[in-house]
Amino acid sequence: MRKIRKRRLQLVILLLVGVGATTAIALTALQQNINLFYSPAQIVAGEVQPGERLRAGGMVVPGTVTRDSDSLAVRFDVTDYQGQVTIEYTGILPDLFEEGQGIVAVGRLQSAGLVVADEVLAKHDEEYMPPEVARALEAAEEAMRTLEAE
Amino acid sequence: MLPWFGWASLLLLVVGTVWGLAFAPSDFRQGNSFRIFYIHVPSAILAQSVFMMMAVAAVVGLVWRMKLAFMFIRVAAPIGASITFLALFTGAVWGKPTWGTWWVWDARLTSTLIQFFIYLAIIGLFEAIENMETAARTAAVACIVGVVNLPIIKFSVNWWNTLHQPATFKLTEPPSMATEMWLPGLVMLLGFYSLFATLVLMRMRNGILLQERRTNWVREYLEKQRVL
Repeated sequence: MRKIRKRRLQLVILLLVGVGATTAIALTALQQNINLFYSPAQIVAGEVQPGERLRAGGMVVPGTVTRDSDSLAVRFDVTDYQGQVTIEYTGILPDLFEEGQGIVAVGRLQSAGLVVADEVLAKHDEEYMPPEVARALEAAEEAMRTLEAE
Repeated sequence: MLPWFGWASLLLLVVGTVWGLAFAPSDFRQGNSFRIFYIHVPSAILAQSVFMMMAVAAVVGLVWRMKLAFMFIRVAAPIGASITFLALFTGAVWGKPTWGTWWVWDARLTSTLIQFFIYLAIIGLFEAIENMETAARTAAVACIVGVVNLPIIKFSVNWWNTLHQPATFKLTEPPSMATEMWLPGLVMLLGFYSLFATLVLMRMRNGILLQERRTNWVREYLEKQRVL
């Protein structure tokens, strides 16, 4: 490699390393702002003050979803297995809202452990499955459970 | 080369679309809306790999002063921008029925939007600077600066809490979806790559002819093609 080319290559690498390092430092500093939502553990630990607006994310705890009989109000718990908060929401839930699934609620922290949401978004994971396979898996799990019970 | 890529992309895209939209099984939770996957994922993958190619071309161009490398950046940038837009648009269309929103400012979505703007900036540099050589070098530097965004897009779903789910296709593990579901996606991906190759070759040919329009060989070539 000729000298001048080597020099240019060094400059390019220097530029890349410089920009990379700057970005990395900036992103580390902004770490908390980039996170889309607070996890229940963070809310329970008091990282958000009551009255503040926030987004809370977590898994809907099976069996905690209670719907009001004459309005669209719904109440459920979300967890990340380290903390649990209750979410109150009035409105139409996304199609993918389901017990045991991840959601992100946008709203205000009413008091410690209670979020009043004005928007609920459903997360979905990266696993895709044809319906037949999902049913077969469920059946297999069911069979395992009955086997264990016996 | 050109007709080969052209026909391959046509064939692959038609097969992939029909297979993905009509024959692949639907998803157990999302039903049919998951089929946007077959356009969204290939376009998102290509949008990033086009940028990677441009960055490599930028290094080659800056270090070895190769005109063709700069030409590649110039012709690939608008294609990359279109594909990034396609990925963002299909993502929004997919997000509405599944997440319940068109757009959230989560790390994956935002970093992809930034990448779209970087593409636009590179196109803008070529248009704004009169001197071709200065324009090419400035754009190449922008490519190298912009490539820093690629790992951010890639790992955004792992580094931060996002609404976007982690990658389905990983280099080290088998994809977390059924074979009959990802196979049409692979066909679509190959189709997207062939389409990109076709478009780049066509635009490169035009670009070279335009750049060398004062030389003898171009005059001879055009006379042989009965254009002049």
